[in-house]
Amino acid sequence: MSDQSPILEIRDLKIALPEGSDRPFALDGLNLTVKPGEIVCMVGESGSGKSLSAGAIMRLLPEPHVHVAGGSISFLGDDILAKTDREMKQIRGNRISMIFQEPMTALNPQKTVGWQIDEVLKLHMEGNRAARRKHAIEMLNRVHIPDPESAYNAYPHQISGGQRQRVMIAMALSLSPKLVIADEPTTALDVTTQLQILKLIRELQQEDGAGVLFITHDFGVVAEIADHVIVLRQGEVVEQGAADQVLNHPQHPYTQALIASVPDLAPPPPKPVSTLPVVLKGTGLKKTFAAKGGLLSGKRKAVTAVKDLSFELHQGETLGVVGESGSGKTTVSRLVTRLLEADAGAVDVDGKDLLACSPSELRGMRKHIQMVFQDPMASLNPRKRVVDLIAQGPIVHGEDPEKARARARELLELVELSPAAANRFPHEFSGGQRQRIGIARALAMEPKVIVADEPVSALDVSVQAQVLKLLADLRDRMNLSLLFVTHDLRVAAQLCDCIIVMQKGEIVEAGVTAEVFADPKHPYTRNLLSSIPGRHWTPPVRNTDAA
Amino acid sequence: MTVLDTELRPAEPSRAIVFWRRYRRNRAALLGLFIFAIVVLMALTAGFVDPGDPLRRAGDPLTAPFVDMSVPLGTDQLGRDILSGLFYGARISLLVGVVATLVAIAIGVIIGALAGYFGGWVDDVLMRVTEAFQTIPNFVLLLTLVAILGSKIEWITLAIGIVSWTAPARMVRAEFMSLRNREFVDAARNLGVSNTSLIFREILPNALPPIIVYASVIMALSILLESALAFLGLGDPNYASWGNMIGQGRAVLRTAWYCAAIPGIAIVLTVLSFSLLGEGLNDALNPRQKQ
Repeated sequence: MSDQSPILEIRDLKIALPEGSDRPFALDGLNLTVKPGEIVCMVGESGSGKSLSAGAIMRLLPEPHVHVAGGSISFLGDDILAKTDREMKQIRGNRISMIFQEPMTALNPQKTVGWQIDEVLKLHMEGNRAARRKHAIEMLNRVHIPDPESAYNAYPHQISGGQRQRVMIAMALSLSPKLVIADEPTTALDVTTQLQILKLIRELQQEDGAGVLFITHDFGVVAEIADHVIVLRQGEVVEQGAADQVLNHPQHPYTQALIASVPDLAPPPPKPVSTLPVVLKGTGLKKTFAAKGGLLSGKRKAVTAVKDLSFELHQGETLGVVGESGSGKTTVSRLVTRLLEADAGAVDVDGKDLLACSPSELRGMRKHIQMVFQDPMASLNPRKRVVDLIAQGPIVHGEDPEKARARARELLELVELSPAAANRFPHEFSGGQRQRIGIARALAMEPKVIVADEPVSALDVSVQAQVLKLLADLRDRMNLSLLFVTHDLRVAAQLCDCIIVMQKGEIVEAGVTAEVFADPKHPYTRNLLSSIPGRHWTPPVRNTDAA
Repeated sequence: MTVLDTELRPAEPSRAIVFWRRYRRNRAALLGLFIFAIVVLMALTAGFVDPGDPLRRAGDPLTAPFVDMSVPLGTDQLGRDILSGLFYGARISLLVGVVATLVAIAIGVIIGALAGYFGGWVDDVLMRVTEAFQTIPNFVLLLTLVAILGSKIEWITLAIGIVSWTAPARMVRAEFMSLRNREFVDAARNLGVSNTSLIFREILPNALPPIIVYASVIMALSILLESALAFLGLGDPNYASWGNMIGQGRAVLRTAWYCAAIPGIAIVLTVLSFSLLGEGLNDALNPRQKQ
């Protein structure tokens, strides 16, 4: 395979950013080769320039603001950068194709799946309608869509997220391209679907012998699929080599740090918890979203998000709630904080039922149960200064504003932010810093329980590791009790003493994390655990401190 | 080595400076601001330029502009000074523009905020009321209100406010509906913040930019509405207003066109300045723009 001529060869590629950006070049000196039948993974954190390199290959950069400033890209020996727009149209979709991150937005919601595949085929394929249709259905069959005939006539919203991504792959591969660029194709998917899609990409690529340039931020995915790995940081290649080499013997300190940030799958040793008092107890929680019908449109079917959920959280314990999207885990976090009204059940915080409180009692009770939200940008009011954001809760509960602000400054230090941050607005911070502010806000109330709803899922892996470490640290020091909602089993393994596995609104398995991971009882749990990307790969011994 | 994510970026300039930088980039908006400043200046200095009543006789009737330097822009058919009418009229136009806009925005914000925040039957009821107002043509409703209330300037201003609130109400409602589901609202609610504070302290500041931009449109429309009323002779006769001047100038339009044209130009420029101002505000308040 090594003596085959490369499909894609990039030499010293430089992509210039507009003046006034944080750096002059988005990519500086990228060298890369994709050979036939090879999957090259480009890994990097957000802002590393990995998606722009895909844009450069497709000649789809937002020119003239962002443009190629130097270097060469050759595709099958031809210089891509010298092609005219007309020639590029012949290449795009036909010989180089792309799979995008978000299959819902990449597909036109107004057109059927078949129409959209046909559109690509019409441009580049000889043959009449019937032949094209036959080919399209064959492609849908190849990506293992059940009942391709009916999928051909379906609209994107009528099929599941995983199936939409399969359709995207079918579209991308329908003309047997030589090069497939996959830009985070599985990031928006659940783990079990992700594994299937990764397998599918691998399988199809081996059949066709195409080269794949796979862009991702997730080392687990890299371990699953890559032949060759390129690690990018701030537009510069810090390391590249064979997958095995980079994953198990990383040379560059940045790669080492990134790999060390991947949460380990080994759960913490179980704590002797059962003797401690219960601080949060949910009993028989139930929530149905009644889809509201209009006067004329009639009622639609109601969706049950959570049915009959019960759990106990002990003092100082971390209880993980894991499940895929649609399992009702986020609904649980909103029910126990009463941001959503439950249909039935009780939530006992410190021995008092939160759901039975009157509105004014509820406002008083809120200080016992605080929340850290998923999106650190959306959960901080953009018009307020950090110090006011943190001090707001105590002030509402009658604390003297001056004292509350002084305390807010102390809390900033506790979450390892400089006190200079106090007078700034949220948009001046990075994602990880904003999440620290969110944590400080929750801590300001000195709550008995903190509910964390996917607090690290929006963060880069190295930042994620730092925030997780901070959370674990604070929990141990302040004896906090955490209800931790996550879709990421690696994160759950790191932090949670006990976990609840949810599927379709029901608990399918609950227990001490170490035991559940070692010996899952329920088939769904087994399926989840076996779908974790890179589960066979154990990151090398941590010789550097991630944080 | 990984960079610690706790290092702060350098501080950004204050909001006011960023705002001014963005505003300044739009030349037309600067022109708008300039004309607006002149109108404000005219309103403020009216008493110095011509102390006394602008409705008194100042010279021979129908003096053409630039003939008699004691009345530089000429006089109308009753010998009233057009220049001083312009200056005093600026007061009325600004007063009507500002107060009517405040009334319209205040009603609009309250109704829109309640409808958007609470949703459900509150929204249904308030939106049906809004629609009822929207189905009646603005100017017809205004005429009716003025006929009922009388044509004192205070009532006219109030009436203009009452006919203009529907559009801002719909706008505020849309903003609230998208903002009320944002996590920061949940976060504040989870701190125990009351509904009133959630509406006015958390959501409203974030909903303001498009409302401020739209306020400039309402201001321009209010001035036009007042002028139209005055043109029909339904304005307050006790004040010199640009609309009154045009209305009376209409009678001598063929012989002394300047009686109607000069205040007409003043209205055009003022309304234009508000419209340019609104465009500039839109640019400056639009967060997608870079500083």
